[in-house]
Amino acid sequence: MTKITMTVNGKSYSGEVEGRTLLVNFLRETLSLTGTHVGCDTSQCGACTVHVNGQNVKSCTMFAIEADGADVTTVEGIAAPDGTLSTVQQAFQDYHGLQCGFCTPGMIMTATKLLENNPKPTEHEVREYLEGNICRCTGYHNIVKAIMAASGQEVTPVAAAE
Amino acid sequence: MHNFELVKPTTVEEAVAALQGDDAQPLSGGQTLIPTMKQRLAGSEQLVSLTGIASMQGVTISGSTITIGGATTHATVSAEVAATYPALSALAGRIGDPAVRNRGTIGGSVANNDPAACYPSAVLASGATVVTNSREIAADDFFQGMFATDLEEGEIITAVRFPVPEKASYQKFEQPASRFSLVGVFVAKFADGVRVAVTGAGEDGVFRWAEAEAALSANFSAAAVEALDLPSEALITDLHGTAEYRAHLIKVLTKRGVNEAV
Ligand SMILES: Cc1cc2nc3c(=O)[nH]c(=O)nc-3n(C[C@H](O)[C@H](O)[C@H](O)COP(=O)(O)OP(=O)(O)OC[C@H]3O[C@@H](n4cnc5c(N)ncnc54)[C@H](O)[C@@H]3O)c2cc1C
Ligand code: FES
Ligand code: FES
Repeated sequence: MTKITMTVNGKSYSGEVEGRTLLVNFLRETLSLTGTHVGCDTSQCGACTVHVNGQNVKSCTMFAIEADGADVTTVEGIAAPDGTLSTVQQAFQDYHGLQCGFCTPGMIMTATKLLENNPKPTEHEVREYLEGNICRCTGYHNIVKAIMAASGQEVTPVAAAE
Repeated sequence: MHNFELVKPTTVEEAVAALQGDDAQPLSGGQTLIPTMKQRLAGSEQLVSLTGIASMQGVTISGSTITIGGATTHATVSAEVAATYPALSALAGRIGDPAVRNRGTIGGSVANNDPAACYPSAVLASGATVVTNSREIAADDFFQGMFATDLEEGEIITAVRFPVPEKASYQKFEQPASRFSLVGVFVAKFADGVRVAVTGAGEDGVFRWAEAEAALSANFSAAAVEALDLPSEALITDLHGTAEYRAHLIKVLTKRGVNEAV
């Protein structure tokens, strides 16, 4: 076992891990931060996306030891401390960017990073950036719409959101 | 996944020493190795992480030569070579998805030599040099067939050195589920001739299309490729496409590459 320390959502955590412990296992099982989901466990779906030192990565495809000393943000760290949703989170709610919600943590983490790097993306850029995030429910249209809206661009409202 | 010990050296020398162990293997971005270990298709007693070695990070551009540290991520390569070698930047920027590009590295991709990987085509078409801890290997000698390279046990790719062509283009026909190339063609035009490398199609992995190189070196135009007929014998047939289909795609993508080379 190896002792590792990392900052997660602004708080420092330490724990003992095996070589094979994945970052997502450390977050979910050791730190009980279960907002980060495991969808496929084969590096395809992006449900496990978190930010490590400011970069979006698939936490099912990184060993926890590789994140020793890193600054990690999970979906739990996106809303304000008082629970106010971030612009991206609020837009997902307003534009029905989720149905079952399983892919949503990864979608939020990826969309948040996209808008940091590219504050006014085109719809095409949004769709390309979401290539590694799979949703089995929504058909993506409302996810894309939510992200466009979160970037402050004009979108048509969804019927049920009136 | 079977358990193992993970060590994280900070210099190439330490990493090479750690790899002398009985059953040790390098770990770079893990975007290929971790999924294969989960399937128990790979596994070692010890993994030696290369991501903490400062000398293997980053891109150096000097004159018309680009040297990329072996542990440099696809995202960094794409950003850093955008102005100097746009075709290489575009290739790196279309590997997988953004999260994969933030971890996956050039050294890992080239060492793995997946028959559908993107980088091997750029390395071969550019006539790049693979630099290891002990020697330099010309691209033409490096790739030795599907998942096979000239690397010795415990040898580490510390850098890949690219000469910058006058013009180049990477055309990727993406397999939409895996996002790897179903067929990818890299065309590179140098002052002394044209090199064309094909990935995703060869039964022995990446290969050069000699007839296209000769035709394009004489006349760099899509019309020069039109007259050629690529035999489908040594090409892959799988559930995504037949060898004949791949042969057709190679020709189409080569023509596109010539038209769009920058
Ligand atoms: C969803 C997904 C989509 C992808 N799409 C594409 C794509 O479109 N095109 C593409 O080309 N690739 C694609 N990949 C693969 C990706 O590019 C990997 O990053 C790359 O193949 C391996 O690089 P790595 O740094 O992750 O290596 P690792 O997975 O860490 O290692 C791979 C192998 O190389 C060895 N190795 C690693 N570094 C070195 C070194 N410096 N010297 C010697 N040996 C070394 C390891 O021991 C291991 O055997 C995709 C991967 C995923 C998960
Ligand atoms: S759970 Fe990590 S990519 Fe699907
Ligand atoms: S909302 Fe169900 S998978 Fe995306």
